[in-house]
Amino acid sequence: MAEYNVIGTSLAKVDAPERVTGKATYGADLDLPGMLWAKLVRSPHAHARIKQIDTSRAKALPGVKAVITAHDLPSLPKGATAPLVGEVSIDMSAIREIVMASDKARYHGQVVAAVAATDPFIAEEAAGLVDVDYEPLPVVEDVLQAMQPDAPLVHEDLHTLEEATQEKSDQPSNIATHMVYARGDVEAGFAAADAVVEKTYTTQMVHQGYLEPQACAARVEPNGRVTLWTSAQGHFTIRTQLVTLLGLPASQLKVVPMEIGGGFGGKALALFEPTAIVLAQKTSRPVKLVVSREEVLRATGPGAPAVITVKAGATQAGKITALTTTMRYDAGAFPGSPVARGLLVGLAPYKLDNMLAEGFDVLTNKPRVQAYRAPGGTPAAFAVEALMDALAAEIDVDPLAFRQKNAAEEGDTLPLGMPLNRIGLTQMLKQIETHPCWTSPLEGPQRGRGLALGYWIGGSFTSSAEVKINPDATASIFVGTVDLTGTRTTISQMVADELQLDPQDITITVGDTDSAPFADLSGGSRITYTMSAAAHQASQDVLTQLKERAAEKLKVSIAEVEYQAKRFWAKNDTRNEVSLAELARESVAWGSGPIIGKGSTTRMQPAHAYAAHVADVEVDPDTGKVTILRYTCFQDVGKAINPTQVEGQIQGGAVQGIGWALNEEYIFDNGELKNASLLDYRCPVALDLPMIETVLTEVPASEGPYGLRGVGEVPIVPPGAALANAIYRATGARLYELPMNPERIFWATRGNGANGSHETNGSGGA
Amino acid sequence: MDAFEYAAPQNLQDAVALLAEASGEARPLAGGTDLIAQMKENRRSPSLVVDVKKIPELNVLSYAAGLRIGAAVSCTQIAGFAPVRVHYPALAEACALIGSYQIQNRAALGGNFCNAAPSADAVPPAIAYGAMLVIAGPNGQREMPAEDFFVGPGQTVLEKGEVLVEIGLPPPPPHSGAAYLRFIPREEMDIAVAGVGAFVRLSPDAHTCEQARIVLAAVAPTPVRAKEAEAFLTGRALDETTLAQAGELASQAASPISDVRGSAAYRLELVKVLTRRTLGTALERARGEAA
Ligand SMILES: Cc1cc2nc3c(=O)[nH]c(=O)nc-3n(C[C@H](O)[C@H](O)[C@H](O)COP(=O)(O)OP(=O)(O)OC[C@H]3O[C@@H](n4cnc5c(N)ncnc54)[C@H](O)[C@@H]3O)c2cc1C
Repeated sequence: MAEYNVIGTSLAKVDAPERVTGKATYGADLDLPGMLWAKLVRSPHAHARIKQIDTSRAKALPGVKAVITAHDLPSLPKGATAPLVGEVSIDMSAIREIVMASDKARYHGQVVAAVAATDPFIAEEAAGLVDVDYEPLPVVEDVLQAMQPDAPLVHEDLHTLEEATQEKSDQPSNIATHMVYARGDVEAGFAAADAVVEKTYTTQMVHQGYLEPQACAARVEPNGRVTLWTSAQGHFTIRTQLVTLLGLPASQLKVVPMEIGGGFGGKALALFEPTAIVLAQKTSRPVKLVVSREEVLRATGPGAPAVITVKAGATQAGKITALTTTMRYDAGAFPGSPVARGLLVGLAPYKLDNMLAEGFDVLTNKPRVQAYRAPGGTPAAFAVEALMDALAAEIDVDPLAFRQKNAAEEGDTLPLGMPLNRIGLTQMLKQIETHPCWTSPLEGPQRGRGLALGYWIGGSFTSSAEVKINPDATASIFVGTVDLTGTRTTISQMVADELQLDPQDITITVGDTDSAPFADLSGGSRITYTMSAAAHQASQDVLTQLKERAAEKLKVSIAEVEYQAKRFWAKNDTRNEVSLAELARESVAWGSGPIIGKGSTTRMQPAHAYAAHVADVEVDPDTGKVTILRYTCFQDVGKAINPTQVEGQIQGGAVQGIGWALNEEYIFDNGELKNASLLDYRCPVALDLPMIETVLTEVPASEGPYGLRGVGEVPIVPPGAALANAIYRATGARLYELPMNPERIFWATRGNGANGSHETNGSGGA
Repeated sequence: MDAFEYAAPQNLQDAVALLAEASGEARPLAGGTDLIAQMKENRRSPSLVVDVKKIPELNVLSYAAGLRIGAAVSCTQIAGFAPVRVHYPALAEACALIGSYQIQNRAALGGNFCNAAPSADAVPPAIAYGAMLVIAGPNGQREMPAEDFFVGPGQTVLEKGEVLVEIGLPPPPPHSGAAYLRFIPREEMDIAVAGVGAFVRLSPDAHTCEQARIVLAAVAPTPVRAKEAEAFLTGRALDETTLAQAGELASQAASPISDVRGSAAYRLELVKVLTRRTLGTALERARGEAA
């Protein structure tokens, strides 16, 4: 099928009415009879030994039904893991510590106890009555400091894993993992270069900025099973983690997905659910746990910052001859920063024959980071794309032409080893050449234009769908994937076209772990991509079953049955026909049986996504404030199933990247977050942004029925460098540290900023 | 947030009596955009909250011999009041940039004063226009210049039982103009890193400055007048150079701190820029060149 009626159109979101009328139920909307409220007790120290916890005063407060500490969680063998997605597994003993610290608080705001009480105010008061005896320890806050041999140890028993040899260091260290990827001969490459540029770039910890604070509720059913309601990115993933963490068999746990108010990677781990369940078990009453915005910012797990050194050389003709990079990613208090993804994303746009890429996963006394949209990608691309701009300037080659001379192509091998299947980078760069956002003159003082590339690998993993035909000749889709981005709509569009039905004839349900077919979590730009295969397969299954029945009625073989516009007919006799309506009606009649199609996919190839952003800025020379005049996103989307939703994803990602670039940052003082409110943690507001223009390239992905690529992550990758490069052209000053807030630009334009060496002056918000 | 009592008296005497006789901490409530947030964050825990929005004297908004603004009148009402837009554009500007539309619908000018944040945006233009405050308390009413109202961050001269009733601005003299500008890293929903309100009155030939008031926000424990800069401008012709010099002098009146919103050094630089720019707009208005 090449012609589509519904695919490729901007169908309105199928769940828009519930969403805009406030009827959609989120985790915090839950209200269960007899429900108790939980409140978490958090460490006021960024690093402290927990000597003793006395819960007696809290327990004595009327209305308090339970107080728990880490001792009340089932114990866990050290090194216990649970699968997350694909080959990635989670260290559940670390998760247990994040859920509730046992011996040591390793970041400010780490949970040390929890209470359940009859109302939220009593719970809050009781939380204040839990007496914790801490012995404060020296705090290590900065990645580079944490890597020093004499730095305070976040974990006394952690030794560096050398990834290549799988050996561990003799001495304990804050470096959890060290990895190296090499290709060609970098020394020879640099020797062949006409120009070499080396700089160090720094980014700060940032938050995903999802609108909805985490919320969940747990209830122990009369038969002893546990029901858990939660706003998470994947209820099956949450169940898998709980099975390990609480020792509950999967069958004893039903996880019900609530509507989710954004996640961006920050709601994949079971960090709150275990507490709600244990409190519910202890009290035999339903328990609800909702965290505050302040808790969200302080301690739920932000996006990882990094310090990245990049060195690259090029010939006068603009060909890159060698590149080395060292990426040091801050994981917070437990291992698991996205440093490997950083290396992948930063280098993926380029052909690199001679390359040496080194990564460090580093621990500090800061909240354990979580995934954040294209995890690891934004800092890496800020560094690499700003350096490429400087290198191109050094040899006086236009920044777009420089990218075109070095752009990766199908058949190349990515720097980390994976061969590239079909990609659209070259075609996308060609589109920029003639686009007005690039060709139009940018006049006026203090104005500049910047370009940067981005990449995201695009997740795969398991997705499943069931499609059934209803007696009124409509179809219902049943999935186990949480809708973060409008996937209910895109999946409906695919099934509508496959079954040749109107979109109004399709309903879609996200089911709980008892009822829906298994799926991995929603994230990594994987749902629409993998669901296209699963939904396609389920629809084909339905059509096959319908054709079998039609063949029987028409007294022909299945091969002779044709289907179009809700009618089946025999190839050789078009008057010999039966309607979908008739088959559908009969499917619920005695003796006929329902029609249920199934589809599932688990290992699709990656559908690589490339993007390029072009930004025009104006900088107020007196204050350092940036105004974005124009912002255009180019992206190879493979096939836009729903162009409006694709544009929405691109715009949303770009805006988050712009926030990361200009104003968002965690400001710490001895490990304590000083700006834990949306007033002082400055996400962009609508007035800060121009219309984000989008230009879609459609080079079909190598796999999947429609050639689509996941689109959600890559737009957050380029903004840092696109804006840094534009600011350079506007002011003549290069910035080496995000965010490029007014104060940093103010000092940098007065020759008083960071210079890309290791010392950053940190003047912004100091 | 702790439990508290709530009262909504219909007249001033009752409000004063409730506040004066309360045993614990008692706080008036206007729009609540400061107070409720502070209570939720346990930064204030009054045992009694007295809603002042039903008191007639606090809802006055009139322009005759000057402007009278009841302390409970919202920023939206003030910014939308035609005489304010015509005669006190700097105040209209400030009221229209506090928070967002939703915040402006709730936030009262009196609340902006009594919360006594050094960064309060509506205070500098009010002081620049020469505002007087009317205060009622158990011992009757008193009046004082607005600039004497502030003691420190979050602290005013108000004694137990006292309520701010009204903010009064004198009629703007001929050949005068004022403006307010603040600097924030974003375009809205932010707290001033620095703010400057300025008022100038020119000679009838519009050549020399006869009077200037410059009020700085967010760069000292309270809103402060930059008196040296004012004195420097008085009697001088105003041009780019003198305005820039006034900016330099104004920064000497500032004693900013470094915090998450900006360093002290940056704030001093901002005071210079904002003073120059604010005076420029005030000057245009005084000459009748700008709205
Ligand atoms: C999202 C957001 C954005 C904001 N943005 C800005 C901004 O841009 N600029 C800015 O300046 N402010 C801003 N604010 C702060 C706040 O909105 C203003 O200070 C507002 O003017 C306060 O007025 P209110 O009526 O809400 O005061 P309330 O919260 O009701 O009261 C403030 C304080 O004054 C006391 N009080 C109130 N009325 C009286 C009275 N008549 N007599 C004695 N005491 C009284 C109260 O007890 C309380 O301590 C913002 C607040 C929020 C929540």
